[in-house]
Amino acid sequence: MSALSALLEAARHREHQPDRDPGNGEQLPDGATDPVVVYFSSVSGNTHRFMEKLWARKVRLPLHTSHEPPVMEEPYVLAVPTYGRPEGSGAVPPQVVKFLNVEANRALMRGVLGAGNTNFGDKFCIAADKISAKCGVPVLYKFELMGTQEDVNKVNEGLMKLWQ
Amino acid sequence: MMSEKVELLHHNVEAINWNRIQDPKDDEVWDRLTANFWLPEKVPLSNDVQSWNTLTDEEKDLTMKVFTGLTLLDTIQGTVGAVSLIPDAVTLHEEAVYTNIAFMESVHAKSYSSIFSTLASTKMIDEAFRWSRENEYLQRKADIVLERYVGDDPLKKKVASTLLESFLFYSGFYLPMHFSSKAKLTNTADIIRLIIRDEAVHGYYIGYKFQKGLEKETQERRDELKDFTYDLLDELYENEIAYTESLYDGVGWTEEVKKFLHYNANKALNNLGYEALFPKEMTDVSPAILSALSPNADENHDFFSGSGSSYVIGKAVNTDDEDWDF
Repeated sequence: MSALSALLEAARHREHQPDRDPGNGEQLPDGATDPVVVYFSSVSGNTHRFMEKLWARKVRLPLHTSHEPPVMEEPYVLAVPTYGRPEGSGAVPPQVVKFLNVEANRALMRGVLGAGNTNFGDKFCIAADKISAKCGVPVLYKFELMGTQEDVNKVNEGLMKLWQ
Repeated sequence: MMSEKVELLHHNVEAINWNRIQDPKDDEVWDRLTANFWLPEKVPLSNDVQSWNTLTDEEKDLTMKVFTGLTLLDTIQGTVGAVSLIPDAVTLHEEAVYTNIAFMESVHAKSYSSIFSTLASTKMIDEAFRWSRENEYLQRKADIVLERYVGDDPLKKKVASTLLESFLFYSGFYLPMHFSSKAKLTNTADIIRLIIRDEAVHGYYIGYKFQKGLEKETQERRDELKDFTYDLLDELYENEIAYTESLYDGVGWTEEVKKFLHYNANKALNNLGYEALFPKEMTDVSPAILSALSPNADENHDFFSGSGSSYVIGKAVNTDDEDWDF
């Protein structure tokens, strides 16, 4: 049996258990102090899947630029994937640009989370880097595609610290 | 009889209208792929000749084998894999994207020949191709995917294609990244990085189309396809480990390559919408290899874990998105 066979066996076993929200039971008791994450995820949904595992209040930006972006009223962290054109203009999804063009939204942003793929080399998560440089906020963490459990743990811990 | 044949061949063809897009992902990925277009002739491979001469005979032999192995995969994907997805495409734009993928795979395949002709003798090249025809693990890898490509289940074909794009190449890609981390064959590594970038878009797109297809299926079929994915990955993995050992045991890099395989298997599963399976301790690819993948990048991707006060702001990056108003 290969190393993978054992892991697949365990995964199949897990899947036969009733569905559970990985965040459940771990939520902060007082909802008002939960971190807030605003994110964009395209129809392929990688970033969305990662967001589902965070202990945070989440705001998904509209898929279509014709829709008005939300206007934030409290501090938040922005999560943005790099998937379109990392080179030159167009790396930041237009929906995110529209959201950041609202001054109140820029003022309340505490940092950026980047999603991407290291296959893109030095353009890995370039959208997050661009937002960081342009808006003067730190890039807090970068993860790949849907992220691993390790990534989820680190971001959850980091957000908690930031919101303490 | 003749007209029936024509009917069959031209089933469903109408003029493609790029001004009416059903799935914006088609348009977006087409743009991405065409913006990424490259040819090996643009990379100054001859600058690697001196470096090639510093490799041991064993390392040269390994390089030839690894690159013919990659050539075979690109050939399969260019002439069978990507092409086999065309009849199942849901939109005309999806068909067009597959033709782009197929063509680029042929560019990849040809770029290995450019590397060979720059670095090696005709005799070495011919021997390497003979090896690729005779190596049991390589042939088995090809057989496993080809069997799925000729099947009649559109979603299973996409699973096989995604696993090829996002997992099967990496036992080979490891080697030029290893050399690059030692400042060897750096121009060859530039070509491989371009290929790696392309394969990421291919795996992402085919995996996305798989997930779109899955949305229309019953729970029973979804379970079947997940089982199929796991079984196919397991079959490929076992063969891939044997292939890796047969190639890298001599130079002693097998365990490092395995980590790279695990790391990429996780990403292949993600591309198909499934969770990563290999835990952190099996995917901790050496930092030298990771920085060979992105030679100019800042390697620290976790500022949460840094000291609390050192707030790291992204370094100067051209923010040339003209439509930022502020």
